Amino acid sequence: MTIDVPRIITSRFDRDDSFTLSGYEATGGYQALRKALASSPQAVADEVKAASLLGRGGAGFPAGVKWGLAPENVWPRYLVVNGDESEPGTYKDRMLMELDPHQLIEGVLLACYGIGCGQAFLYVRGEMALAQERIAQALNDAYAAGYVGKNILGTNFSVDVILTWGAGAYIVGEETALIESLEGNRGMPRLKPPFFPAAKGLYMQPTIVNNVETLSNLPWIINNGGEAFAALGAETSRGTRMFAVSGHVKTPGVFEVEYGVTTFRDLIYKPEYAGGILGDRELKAFIPGGASAPWFFEEHLDLPLEKVTVDRAGSMLGSGAIVVMDETTDAVKACLRVVRFFARESCGKCTPCREGTTWLEQILQRIYDGFGRPTDLDLLMDVSDNISPGITWPPKQTTICPLGPSAVSPIASAMKRFRPEFEARIAFAEQNRSSVPVDFPKAASHA
Amino acid sequence: MARLTAENVELATEIIGRYPRPKSALIPLLHLAQEQDGHLTDDAMTHIADLVDVTPAEVLGTASFYEMFKMEPVGRYMVNICTNISCQLMGGEELLEHAESTLGIRPGQTTADGLFTIEDVECIAACTEAPCLQVNYRYFHKITNGEFDQLVSELRSGARSDIPAHGTLAQVRQHIPADRQAGSVVPENTEVPVWLPVSEDGNA
Repeated sequence: MTIDVPRIITSRFDRDDSFTLSGYEATGGYQALRKALASSPQAVADEVKAASLLGRGGAGFPAGVKWGLAPENVWPRYLVVNGDESEPGTYKDRMLMELDPHQLIEGVLLACYGIGCGQAFLYVRGEMALAQERIAQALNDAYAAGYVGKNILGTNFSVDVILTWGAGAYIVGEETALIESLEGNRGMPRLKPPFFPAAKGLYMQPTIVNNVETLSNLPWIINNGGEAFAALGAETSRGTRMFAVSGHVKTPGVFEVEYGVTTFRDLIYKPEYAGGILGDRELKAFIPGGASAPWFFEEHLDLPLEKVTVDRAGSMLGSGAIVVMDETTDAVKACLRVVRFFARESCGKCTPCREGTTWLEQILQRIYDGFGRPTDLDLLMDVSDNISPGITWPPKQTTICPLGPSAVSPIASAMKRFRPEFEARIAFAEQNRSSVPVDFPKAASHA
Repeated sequence: MARLTAENVELATEIIGRYPRPKSALIPLLHLAQEQDGHLTDDAMTHIADLVDVTPAEVLGTASFYEMFKMEPVGRYMVNICTNISCQLMGGEELLEHAESTLGIRPGQTTADGLFTIEDVECIAACTEAPCLQVNYRYFHKITNGEFDQLVSELRSGARSDIPAHGTLAQVRQHIPADRQAGSVVPENTEVPVWLPVSEDGNA
């Protein structure tokens, strides 16, 4: 099928009643559920597999394959919805939860039906009060209308969808940490293996953890067929995807575009998207997929937003968050801010991350404050190497989860490209030894 | 310093009943306690420990991991200003400085009248609307210094009835009618879901 503007998951965003049951039903809502219930669970799983839907949370693992990883003959299975969106630069799941909660709920039901999950938990980030409110209302309405709960639409398919929520911890976006949190514990990741959620997840039972955007695609896929979805996009990145473009751009926004086809240049510069750099200044760098992703530069602008291409170029599309930095950006300051985030959010379970991210932040802070030492740049790389040996991409890790290595990304990027800025700050510090911070001359960083 | 009220115990019991294991209700119950008292009191945490059948230390262990839970009283309005990368690029740090000088407090502190606490927070998922902030987890997008001052004066004068006191998140709660509830599925329940066709080997 052909669609001019491929809007699959954001199709209702312009409607004032997009989040209501009546608005949803008026625009084809819950038709996919009816269709699925008239066919078999296997047929739903087959359509999702045919769609080649990649997970939209960050890792980009194929959803259909993930579903198939649950061991046979082990019951019950659970579905956990990851709505703990908190990767810096990422703004899409919150929109989907606030503006089209029924689409997500229908996706959850389709997944439960297809996978055979006995219960679903929809975990929303704690700070998102409106999303929690909209989902609570949507669930109450959907229960009353017979779409959720016991004997859904008069069939023998019964499943409760439980709204649950967090309380402020980035690490809970990691699926095993999310499961810990859902069990009422501190949100610390579990070691994989053996704790792959598909095999041993919530209460040590097979658990499929899917992202909000991933599941929001399911109603369209069931209504239109997996092949229609796979016909959109590029070979390794099918369908459409939401990208948030923020930072130094004229018209920042969240755009649903055909996956794998649109380029970074399109998204950053075209008037229908982000409209170019503020003040028509020059691009300095951009983050292609959230704070964990290594930075890209001018020469990467013509790459398509396609998973494999971006992976090969040394970064990732991650959570679909593009952060644009113009020529006035202080690379040391930006790098410090991203590293500080990881230092603050490290859960403390693994020593290289707990200690290493804190060290990295402190070293960067002193460089930024005008107390940097000539040995600091080597020290930064040495500490980074202890967290992520070899500082490669994709990163190796001495930690259970990827949070630690994520703190290395901005350092590796900024040092590779803007090392003179770090050196200039350190040289300035050397010339102005003082017991109080001295203001670094602003122009020098962009000379 | 309060245990949960009778009304909240009823809500807590309903929430616990939705989960296969009572402890899974811990974070929602801690939010309920924070909604009741504005912060987490020792008594409330001990009460919750009884309700979900764990020790008070386990409750504290979980609660202390999460930034939204406050063990000490905070202002009626928690003003969370984002300074992460997208907001930093668009003036989030300058907005924070303005907030500090306007309210005369540093991040983590509360004004003497008990109205405002400010926090320098990590990304709150409004990156295209930078610089952004939340008041009691309600969003304010693309905030200028002038708009910040106006917001503060509206909050001071009580003109913002749309923002409940700190601790209240969603104002709509999930409620599952008894006749519609499919029921919690405990891990011990190893039956194959009834809607799955069973093949000859007994597997779905």
